Amino acid sequence: MVLAFFAYCSLVSIVAGFLTVALKNPVHCGIALLTLLLHVAGLFVLLNAEFLAMVQIIVYAGAILVLYLFVLMLLNLKTDERYLHSKLALILFAAVAICGELLLLIVGSPFGGLKGDAPTEVVLKDGVSYAVGIKIFSDYLLQFEIIGVFLTGAIVGAIVLAKTPTSADTDSREG
Amino acid sequence: MVPLSAYVALSAVLFATGLIGVLIRRNFIIVLMAVEIMLNAANINLVAFSHYLQSMTGQIVALFVIAIAGGEAAVGLAIIIVVFRGKISTNVDEVNLLKW
Repeated sequence: MVLAFFAYCSLVSIVAGFLTVALKNPVHCGIALLTLLLHVAGLFVLLNAEFLAMVQIIVYAGAILVLYLFVLMLLNLKTDERYLHSKLALILFAAVAICGELLLLIVGSPFGGLKGDAPTEVVLKDGVSYAVGIKIFSDYLLQFEIIGVFLTGAIVGAIVLAKTPTSADTDSREG
Repeated sequence: MVPLSAYVALSAVLFATGLIGVLIRRNFIIVLMAVEIMLNAANINLVAFSHYLQSMTGQIVALFVIAIAGGEAAVGLAIIIVVFRGKISTNVDEVNLLKW
């Protein structure tokens, strides 16, 4: 059962990833990316990361992807006849070679390592959200604050960049 | 039980797909979408190792990656809007001047 769910989610995400890269119409690419994100959320559920799966659906599929689609429709791009790079064959060869090498190395290597302090039973006793919350507000508090400052900076930067220049701005720049 | 190497192989394939997308597409927005694919591949890796090595750290780093992806999308799309306003093109190979 678990194996079938994993096979379904991974196959669909690979196909959706391929379609995101290969489709011609940008809106279709966005829809394919949505499929990919939802199935990756399914994989997270399989890995006992329910909180992260919800965050993936709410933040990625709900906010980031809508942002992409908004900009796509705002710009109203016409689909280019030549939508791929001119040196396609060379790039494809290099990328496929890199991917094959990666796969060979990964499948052939042993995955040892130190076990952490959060085995599945302990985590599932209080729920994953509880475990993530305790960890993020104790050990990773500084990183959490840094992310907050980073997001504030990103929002301010995006607004400043995308703001329509008004006449007052040009006046102050010239004067 | 799904072996860890299956997740890591899936993540490698997705990452390579995203890398190919970044390299071969001309539309700036699709390039950003391909970057999102790569970030998702990294997230799968982090969560899979977090599960199999029984540590919460991977999930928390994945959470941070999602936050950073949000910031990246916002700033990247703002840059696209600025470029589109000035030059009426969002193809990466035609945007080759920093100042004009």
